[in-house]
Amino acid sequence: MMRTALCSLLAAALLVASPVRAEDTTIGFIYVGPKDDYGYNQAHHEGAEVVKAIPGVKILEEQKVPETLDVQKTMESMIELDGATVLFPTSFGYFDPHILTMAKKYPAVLFLHCGGMYDAAKHPKNVGSYFGYIDEGQFLNGIAAGFATKSGKLGFVAAKPIPQVLRNVNAFMLGAKLVNPKATTTVIFTGDWADPVKEAEASKQLIDGGADVLTAHVDSPKVIVQTAQERGIHVCGYHTNQAALAPTAYLTGAEWNWGTVYKAYADQIKSGAIAPDKDWGHLVRGGMKEGFVKMSAYGPDVTPEAKAKIEAVKAQMMAGAFSIFKGPLEDNKGKVVIPAGTTLAQTDPVLEQMSYLVAGVVGDTGR
Amino acid sequence: MTPDAVQATAQLSPLAAVFFALLGGAISLSTPYLFVSLGECLTERSGRVNLGLEGTMILGAVAAYAVAYHLATAYPGATWLAPWLGVLVAGFVGVGMGWLHAWLCAKDGVNHIAVGIALMIFGVGLAIFLGKPYIQPKAPHLPALALGNWSTYEAVRSAFKINGLFLLGLGLAPAIAWGLGNTRWGMILRMAGESSDAARALGYSVNRVRMLATCAGGFLAGVGGSFLSLYNPGVWAEGLSRGQGLMAVALVIFARWNPRTCLLASLMFGAAEALGPALQAAGLSRGYQLYAAVPAAMTLVIMIATCSTKRTLAGAPAELSVS
Amino acid sequence: MATQGGTAMIAAPPPSVHLAPAEDGASAVASLRAALAPALRAFGLQSAVFLATLVIFGVFLLIIAGKNPLAVYADMWKGSFGTRFSQGATLAKAAPLMLTALCTALPARLGMVVIGNEGALLLGGLTGVVVAQLFGPDMPYVTIPAMLLGGGLAGGIWIALAGALRQFRGVNETISSLLLYYIGLALFNFCVEDLLRDPTSLNKPSTVPIGEANMIGAIQGLPAWFPEMHWGLVIGVVLCLVAAVVMDRSTFGFAARVVGGNVKAARLQGLPITAIVLITCLLAGAAAGMAGVVEMAVAEGKANASLAAGLGFSGILVAFVARQNPLAIIPVAIVFGGITASGGLVQRRHELPDATVDVFTGILFILVLASEVFANRGRQS
Repeated sequence: MMRTALCSLLAAALLVASPVRAEDTTIGFIYVGPKDDYGYNQAHHEGAEVVKAIPGVKILEEQKVPETLDVQKTMESMIELDGATVLFPTSFGYFDPHILTMAKKYPAVLFLHCGGMYDAAKHPKNVGSYFGYIDEGQFLNGIAAGFATKSGKLGFVAAKPIPQVLRNVNAFMLGAKLVNPKATTTVIFTGDWADPVKEAEASKQLIDGGADVLTAHVDSPKVIVQTAQERGIHVCGYHTNQAALAPTAYLTGAEWNWGTVYKAYADQIKSGAIAPDKDWGHLVRGGMKEGFVKMSAYGPDVTPEAKAKIEAVKAQMMAGAFSIFKGPLEDNKGKVVIPAGTTLAQTDPVLEQMSYLVAGVVGDTGR
Repeated sequence: MTPDAVQATAQLSPLAAVFFALLGGAISLSTPYLFVSLGECLTERSGRVNLGLEGTMILGAVAAYAVAYHLATAYPGATWLAPWLGVLVAGFVGVGMGWLHAWLCAKDGVNHIAVGIALMIFGVGLAIFLGKPYIQPKAPHLPALALGNWSTYEAVRSAFKINGLFLLGLGLAPAIAWGLGNTRWGMILRMAGESSDAARALGYSVNRVRMLATCAGGFLAGVGGSFLSLYNPGVWAEGLSRGQGLMAVALVIFARWNPRTCLLASLMFGAAEALGPALQAAGLSRGYQLYAAVPAAMTLVIMIATCSTKRTLAGAPAELSVS
Repeated sequence: MATQGGTAMIAAPPPSVHLAPAEDGASAVASLRAALAPALRAFGLQSAVFLATLVIFGVFLLIIAGKNPLAVYADMWKGSFGTRFSQGATLAKAAPLMLTALCTALPARLGMVVIGNEGALLLGGLTGVVVAQLFGPDMPYVTIPAMLLGGGLAGGIWIALAGALRQFRGVNETISSLLLYYIGLALFNFCVEDLLRDPTSLNKPSTVPIGEANMIGAIQGLPAWFPEMHWGLVIGVVLCLVAAVVMDRSTFGFAARVVGGNVKAARLQGLPITAIVLITCLLAGAAAGMAGVVEMAVAEGKANASLAAGLGFSGILVAFVARQNPLAIIPVAIVFGGITASGGLVQRRHELPDATVDVFTGILFILVLASEVFANRGRQS
């Protein structure tokens, strides 16, 4: 059963009364890359820092753990040698089979995975998954881009054409089209989550092809942001705030707000609301409204008109009254992917299987 | 500017766009390969293989980045100078790694290939270790000469944005070729590579010559690394190490140990690396995973076509055990 | 013409132990000691190298990282061999290294330097998946050996390609095997993400799974104090032993050594050099291909980007430190497995970057190579 909001977790906590644990809770965070990569892993690390500040909680962090048997050994090491009772393995590829194997082996430890699709029928009770609808952020990025572009061409540097990435590309395009119907987005897939040379080349080629606003979905958008600044165009950030790298080029950015999520989890665990033997919201999702994602502060080149529009849409998102994906929606091959009259809520699982690029996006998902 | 208006900018036809992307790639992506292969060329002409240039290159990259960053922060007025000093320091770091390689290889019975691999692992590991504090800070970049501003097309302008290091490399290749053939040092170096006995008979220490050659090669490799962190992509990141140093060693053999051919090979290689993103920008994304193989496949095909069991050693320094 | 380091590329075969019929006890003891002396000397030398590494790395830690080396070493021990759990982690890491190291060690007997192990590993893992699809999940006792054979064949062909290019077109095998790695990696990615992709593997493109039954599992029935091991380790150890026997005792191995030592002499002898080269490359690639199958079938049960974890390249390192000797590969792989397994603990406890382990490995490797001087001096005297 799907609980979609942090509010549900908090409500559950209020209902359950449990004693506070006396000893320190050790929580382990596992990152697939370096924790100061100005991107995905840094966002999780920043969240972990929030947890670190909670009294009675000790955190462990390990970086650059590949999605192989290695992460199983890392998890075991944290449990056996460091006494961790809660683990946050933060890369998608850790879920199946690694977390599932370890969860079966250590039923008393909680495994909270970022990005996974928890299925109560298949997965053990001490596993949970969480993710944020950062495509809402990319939608708002798109609005900013739609206002800022003069050529009408936007560029997107993406790692791989998987649903989470495609959802971001599409949300960005739809946001831009909301304010600039003739805008197009060219997407280049680098094939790698972190390859600065390929990312630099992709950014360059997008700009050469006429794009004057870039954004990205790679582990560390650092290169793309810097390239935009140097070439004198604009850029929308992703994962964390990269404004420091691009003082004039940065418009705004879609950021994770894992601190909110992790603190809520930590509080629930400390109070006993979430425990391996209790029934709790195993599948947690949230967007702007629940504070899972947020937007960076506006850069200097964002016009008051653009700001007003973004804030208006954001307010609607906060009120839960905005849908990004609604029909009629065509993909870039002319096929109707969402029929007229259908509106997909953010929580709709169909969105987590997205395999198309919407009309206006130049590129191929390879399927 | 109303958001609905789409300003018409001059756009090239897709074919022309791909062409200029390849040209730009040949110029901007080739520089690390150029420097590393020229450095390896010197080393191998003296009779020794240095497989460790990947480590040298990455260590040079982090050294250049760190130096440029610290100098620019400490002396904001000299921000233009900082990256160039970074390049210089990277070169000297390369000299150090080259010296280490030479010192180890000078001992009897030590396997040169193994030393190279050891230094590659050590160099990359050390660079990542020391580079942790530099992932976030931003170092100033090397300047580029905008030689394409006569064009209205962004792609053309971008293709002709030429970095000083590239121009240096362009000049270095024929200079090294000339030097090898026409100077006393060049002849001594070649002699050490062709016939160590003859060199020794003339009173030159073969190990010393090779050490100097390896150090020079290391210097160039370090400079090549500084290009990566200070220009393209212009960041320090752990993903910077992708085996370019190893590929450059391949390019030397592919180029028959001729510095001018090293230049051509590097240009070709840089263009091949730009092909993938160019085709995607033109809309051809299906099978993009295979684009990554284009540079390697191209090199292999050309090697197969141009090598033969009889001719492969023509041009190979006789002292080099490559067969 | 002296080829610097050329002949030293081939590890000297371990001296055969010939015990002279004992005249009396003392002479028997003396001859035993004489036979064991080189092995003991080698062991002593490697221990000295390891100690030197500990000292140098300790200084590095102290001065550059500001950490207490003894505390770090204590945790390195704990994380590698100190607890039963750590031992299991070490063995899990060592298993594929034994196989990929053979990919470099076997051709080294012929004086060839092959570094394309990773390419063979990836294509081997991929082929294992394809084989498992063909055989289905119902007969694991047939399917698993078939996967290993299929993966081995794929990897073997890939390295044999490098060997063939060397023999027929004179292309240097180090370069060609490296280029083939890049090509193999691209093919692997294309197959995993496109051709052979499992449509339900959305956010992490993978091939179709091989099925629970076909996975290589943990060895059951071990005593409680035994660390966890999976059957891949057994495959690795067995293959290293087989390689040692083949390379040191068989006619083929002897012929290979002659080819490696002196090609002209081999030609005079009428040895089929090309066949020997190709077969050796095939066997080498097969080992790496099987490593791919093992890695694929142990945890994930399908091929995806996680398979490209650099095990092939680590194998090169293991092979060189083991001086290309298949018997020595077993302990060296375990030591390397231990060093890498302890990396996580060191990272967490001491806030050291993950690259710490690479620096340690690099220093160790350099000192091992430097120590070759003493090894050779001892051998020549």
